[in-house]
Amino acid sequence: MNLSSQEVDGAIVVHVNENRIDAAIAIQFKDRLREMTNGPGDRVILDMSRVDFVDSSGLGAIVSAMKFLAPTRKLELAALTPNVSKVFRLTRMDSVFPIHASVPLQGAGNAV
Amino acid sequence: MQCEMTARKDGRNADAEQAGGEFHWAFRADPGAVREALGRVVAWFSCQMSEDEAGTLELALAEVLNNVVEHGYAGLDPGPVNLCISRGPDGLSCRISDRGNPMPGLKLPDGEMQPVADEIEDMAEGGWGWAMIRELTRDLTYQRGDQSNCVSFRLPITPN
Repeated sequence: MNLSSQEVDGAIVVHVNENRIDAAIAIQFKDRLREMTNGPGDRVILDMSRVDFVDSSGLGAIVSAMKFLAPTRKLELAALTPNVSKVFRLTRMDSVFPIHASVPLQGAGNAV
Repeated sequence: MQCEMTARKDGRNADAEQAGGEFHWAFRADPGAVREALGRVVAWFSCQMSEDEAGTLELALAEVLNNVVEHGYAGLDPGPVNLCISRGPDGLSCRISDRGNPMPGLKLPDGEMQPVADEIEDMAEGGWGWAMIRELTRDLTYQRGDQSNCVSFRLPITPN
């Protein structure tokens, strides 16, 4: 499970360096994300630009991450690819997460 | 992405059978094998349809196949899964069979898209699978036969 993170303007940006969040890796994804978001900061932004497939297990892992970050921290999503966007739309989860068209200040932040 | 059918003309990759435009793939029910099967389907069909259509095909199949792995073979050793996709005038017909547990009540789950909870702590972390399948597919059916399950559906996609 390849995730990396950087701090951008007080937010933790987590880059998902995998092209799928599916049933085969949903649990590792959730566990690894939990480890990576232990630090301070009230926003976690998930960079989804490299992810071209999410199934309902992957979506469940993302919702679970939102729940363990709450209530002090908020999970936001950035750069959904078209197929991933479709899953959020079908399940109406696009109304739950703030979704940014692009990753904020990509490449300009301080690596953590 | 390179079209798998082109690669196949060399005879180098004969794992999947192609007979009369049909795609067949048989595998054991585990998440890694589902991922591999989906990769083969997408490689096979992606050159024949739009990215959006290929995404719909992959998502619908993923949800049915994940259900077989998680529920069909729950409490059993992972058994065989057969996937067959054929082209017809009304689109792609997909058939998934397995030898796992029957569907509860011998019918498909209703699969109403669950409402979004008002409070974060009440949000569901699953249960969207059948609702998505029903939304993405047409002519969805389930048959319980000789100790086997067969789910079939059609996608109104006409491959090039």
